[in-house]
Amino acid sequence: MSTHDHDHTPIGNGDERAAAARARALEELLVEKGVVRREDVRAGIDWLVSRTPADGARLVARAWVDPAFKRRLLADARSAALELGLDPGPAPVVVALENTATVHHMIVCTLCSCYPRALLGPPPAWYKSLPYRSRAVSDPRGVLAEFGLEIGDDVELRVVDSTADIRYLVVPRRPPATDELDEEQLAALVTRDSMIGVAEPVAPALA
Amino acid sequence: MERGVHDRGGRSTDEPIDRSEHTLEDWEVLTDALVGALARCGLMNVDELRRGIESMPGDEYERASYYERWLFSMETILSEKGVLAAGELDRRAAG
Amino acid sequence: MKYRVGEPVMVADRAHHGHHRTPLYIKGKAGRIERVHAAFRNPETRAYGDDGLPEVRLYLVSFARSELWPDAGAGAGYRLYVDVFEHWLEEAK
Repeated sequence: MSTHDHDHTPIGNGDERAAAARARALEELLVEKGVVRREDVRAGIDWLVSRTPADGARLVARAWVDPAFKRRLLADARSAALELGLDPGPAPVVVALENTATVHHMIVCTLCSCYPRALLGPPPAWYKSLPYRSRAVSDPRGVLAEFGLEIGDDVELRVVDSTADIRYLVVPRRPPATDELDEEQLAALVTRDSMIGVAEPVAPALA
Repeated sequence: MERGVHDRGGRSTDEPIDRSEHTLEDWEVLTDALVGALARCGLMNVDELRRGIESMPGDEYERASYYERWLFSMETILSEKGVLAAGELDRRAAG
Repeated sequence: MKYRVGEPVMVADRAHHGHHRTPLYIKGKAGRIERVHAAFRNPETRAYGDDGLPEVRLYLVSFARSELWPDAGAGAGYRLYVDVFEHWLEEAK
């Protein structure tokens, strides 16, 4: 019996196959009843599978190299995304939160799993999990330690619980020794987890 | 004060956070897309989706996978609105 | 908008039976307004098929760790930031 998202196996797990049959049956019924059109569902699938954290990484990389863009990003991330030709998704408001030398942000949705997926792709299974949702607000440093990230005592840790329709993403700090990198190379350092706030961007490999 | 099954902030738990990656199965993407399609045609909004999920009994909520909760909610809300007849989804899924 | 950035506020200590987006861990707790967001349709009524109007102002409210988990003992601090609707906020006494 599947108890967590991660326990499912593709074939042979009774729960998984039952759920898959249920989803397909639901689509069939809704299309037959004229409630939804199959093309519309397909379009939705196409949109979902095309979402990638590379979009969010482009926002971050541009903010790292262009201070005026960074100001616009922090003021209105949705508009900043549109400026770069990115799709910010249906969320009416997207807020980018900047990490600095003295402030580190970490995002959670304790009530469900709200996540800026138009810009970051689908949320990781752990983000939607019950233990993350419970402990991110009561033991964030413990959670970060599990992710291998230690935040100094002198750094203000801010845990943001996205309980409404605002979607939050983190603008992580630019790694040191990256002056020679262009924007595309910088974007490649920005990981999904660094935009959630449980990791830092990858440091460039030393030549 | 009682908390909803979905209200997890600060709940004590010994469960470790499983950090492994999981690609979504086709049925999960389909489930997600169905919710989106229902929202666009005005039949179920995100607040109704959430309300439906929150109506799950606690043990079912905790046992269910993420998208199983979405399926539960869609069936609940659509049955409530008379779009699905009682047992209709069960019969089609079994057939 | 009723509250301003920097203003101390209390979160109502209400048991709301039905869909609402105020988590238990902040109910009855003292916080501070960090941001004034836009107004949004009320999810508490939208969840039951209502149009959710009139829109309700949303705020980002911050809380000290010690306020939320007073029994947690000493330890490196952090602040919690939570989006809260105006009708769940009260003036701090």
